[in-house]
Amino acid sequence: MLGGDATLSEVFCPIATDGAAIGFVLAVLDMHKHAREKPLLWVQDRLSRRETGRPYLAGMTRPMQVIAVDVSRPIDVLWAMEEGLRCPALAGVIGEVWGDPPALDFTATKRLALRAETHGVPAFLIRRAAHPNLSAARLRWNISSLPSRADPHDQRAAGAPMWRADLFRARWQTPGDWVAHHDGEKLVLDHGVEASAHDQHRARA
Amino acid sequence: MSGEDKLPVLAFPSCKDATNPPPTKLEQAIAAMRAALENRPAIDRSAPATVAQDIPDSFSPVGVPRSKPEGPRSGSGRGAIVLAQGAVAPTKHSLPIPARDNTMRRITAIHLPRFAMERWLRWAAQNTLAPPDDLPVVLAVEGTHGPVVHATNRAAELQGIHIGARVVDMRALCPDLRVEFADISGDRVALEKLMIWARRWCPWTATDGATGLVLDTSGSDHLLGGEAAMLREIETRLSTLGLSARLATAPTHGAAWAMARFGGVRRICRAQDLAAQLSPLPVRALRLDGDTVVLLQRLGLKTVGDLAAVPRVSLARRFARAPLAKNPLLRLDQMMGHLGEPVSSPDDPPRFATQSALAEPVQDPEPHLPALCDTLCADLFAAGFGARRVTLTVFRTDGEVSQISVAISQPSRDPDHIRRLFDGKLERIDPGFGFDLITLVAAVAENLPTVQTRLEGGADDGAELGRMIDRLSAKFGAGAVRRPTLRDSHIPERREGWQPAMAGEIVPPAPLRTLRPIRLLDPPEEVRVLYGVPEGPPAQFVWRRVTHRVTRFAGPERIAPEWWADRPGTRLRDYYRIEDHTGCRFWLYREGLHGDGRGGDPRWMIHGVFA
Repeated sequence: MLGGDATLSEVFCPIATDGAAIGFVLAVLDMHKHAREKPLLWVQDRLSRRETGRPYLAGMTRPMQVIAVDVSRPIDVLWAMEEGLRCPALAGVIGEVWGDPPALDFTATKRLALRAETHGVPAFLIRRAAHPNLSAARLRWNISSLPSRADPHDQRAAGAPMWRADLFRARWQTPGDWVAHHDGEKLVLDHGVEASAHDQHRARA
Repeated sequence: MSGEDKLPVLAFPSCKDATNPPPTKLEQAIAAMRAALENRPAIDRSAPATVAQDIPDSFSPVGVPRSKPEGPRSGSGRGAIVLAQGAVAPTKHSLPIPARDNTMRRITAIHLPRFAMERWLRWAAQNTLAPPDDLPVVLAVEGTHGPVVHATNRAAELQGIHIGARVVDMRALCPDLRVEFADISGDRVALEKLMIWARRWCPWTATDGATGLVLDTSGSDHLLGGEAAMLREIETRLSTLGLSARLATAPTHGAAWAMARFGGVRRICRAQDLAAQLSPLPVRALRLDGDTVVLLQRLGLKTVGDLAAVPRVSLARRFARAPLAKNPLLRLDQMMGHLGEPVSSPDDPPRFATQSALAEPVQDPEPHLPALCDTLCADLFAAGFGARRVTLTVFRTDGEVSQISVAISQPSRDPDHIRRLFDGKLERIDPGFGFDLITLVAAVAENLPTVQTRLEGGADDGAELGRMIDRLSAKFGAGAVRRPTLRDSHIPERREGWQPAMAGEIVPPAPLRTLRPIRLLDPPEEVRVLYGVPEGPPAQFVWRRVTHRVTRFAGPERIAPEWWADRPGTRLRDYYRIEDHTGCRFWLYREGLHGDGRGGDPRWMIHGVFA
């Protein structure tokens, strides 16, 4: 499922300012072969850049080559993503689209998905303030932050981040709900039972 | 005809022949004169090393060290200046190394005698202000004693109005004279545009005074069917723009200038009959200023032939220190090719260019682009070059030029790639009423040796990536496609800069030991504190109208302002990593301290978001 064939995934953020989706996407990208030495194309539209900031490379888990494209319209994000997916020298293509633009319809996502699968470049569409409308994305996620793990050195501080990964539509597998975290090497998905138990634990605490 | 047979035989015995030991005063004078004559080669012998390096050989391939010319280039503009300041005119036989033959090139001079008036008439016709043909019109400029006639139309000329006269006098002569003011700077700009447009005939053009153009048409005439056909074509094209032109082609700039103004219609002069054709022209044809012309006429030298017949030494004695515009000897040498005077084009002609001449004016260059790209890339391939910048230029029928250019991050000679870079840009070209010539020029080219791609058929990674960056930069602009660079700063927002990805490979910044957010808000946003505590971050705050309750935090991490870069009074920052009740993690900072004397209460700002 993850780290296998390159395809188009759509990642929704229930809270627009949440950074969980970025962490999750970068963790998934880490699992692809040859992803580490290749650059990453990162396309943002104007609203995403204004509302949620720009990528900060000092905060990433490993040194990364990023080519950032700043465009103003969502349709330009799609155009730039298609151009990037044509290039097999990329580790992946991340596009951030704000809202539900009319240009991002079933046909557009299908184009992206087919191109990603043809050239073997994974594509991620991060959507904020958006509704999960009709889409051809092969994997559709809902990612939100969970309270992080305890920091072993500082009990007041937040430790390693945890995310709630809700795969609500998938083409080749059954959907599911997991608690995800990045263990430094790869993405680890735990079962939702543990997630809810974790939630209850947090609620009691 | 070489320069030597133009040189007059000295009437004096030469020094070598002077075998008598006691030198007379006359012989001393002769020796001094010879020394003065030798002066020029002495300058030239010391000069070539520097001059030759400074002169760009414009036909050398771009990106390759320019080859040094073999001999001293007397044909340089700098050489002419040296001469003008130097003592005496050159003599060909006194040069240590035989100079390049300056009569090898073919220079075409275009004289537009009524340029200002015709431009004004065209403007007036467009604004329906055009006067009838029989109404005398003059364009005036301000002189020291009131307006002075700058340009006249034909009707005014027939009434006896001449350029340079005062307008009040001419009004007395012709009461119904219409006077408009001339636009000198507009004329100059229009002439420069016309100069660019004249590149349709040859790659090397320059303006020549206020009413002339000069074209180096060596090797370009055969494309238009020979020189006579070329001159006819130029004249026809200019007449469709409403410009009357007089043209001539000659081996030197001076000769072409003179023949265009004082010779017949569309004169073509070969190198061998240069002197014969130029000798009947008046001395004004030497591009001298008015005083010198009057002086020569007082001396009885009415024509170029008269001047050439005068012994050189006597002319040299009189005009030794005169600048170029007052020096008939230097002008004569330029005209006859003894002294080089190349066309000084404002920019280098491109080495790789291809063009497509259309039978009829069209509006859309797109159908012609693939063939042009193919030809250009074949040329580049044959020379082992790749283009870094490609310019598409259309020459409009109304005398304007419109062009678009694309940049390429790595040298390329892939026709499909170059053609795709023009996608979506061709609409920006302004076709006017149509254009009938399209050129595609590799404005910047670099060495690109042929490399073997991988045997298993995989693509070369660098090339693929470069092409993608090219396409994105061509579409969104080079400033929109960027790569991060590391800067020497510990202020978070200054640590990472972004540079255009076209600039080349940039080393990615390494992660810090301390935790940093994955997103940085630019600029930081202020939060409203609902419930503050004396130590640590606020327990509750409002950001973007949402209340966040802080459950866990770590910090503070103090980042002091950079006093060498920040303004005085910039406050320090205490950063906290916090987690709110929904699990979102933020990077919050307090700007300043209580009582630090740099403003009021400290503000709380949100600067980043953690994963």
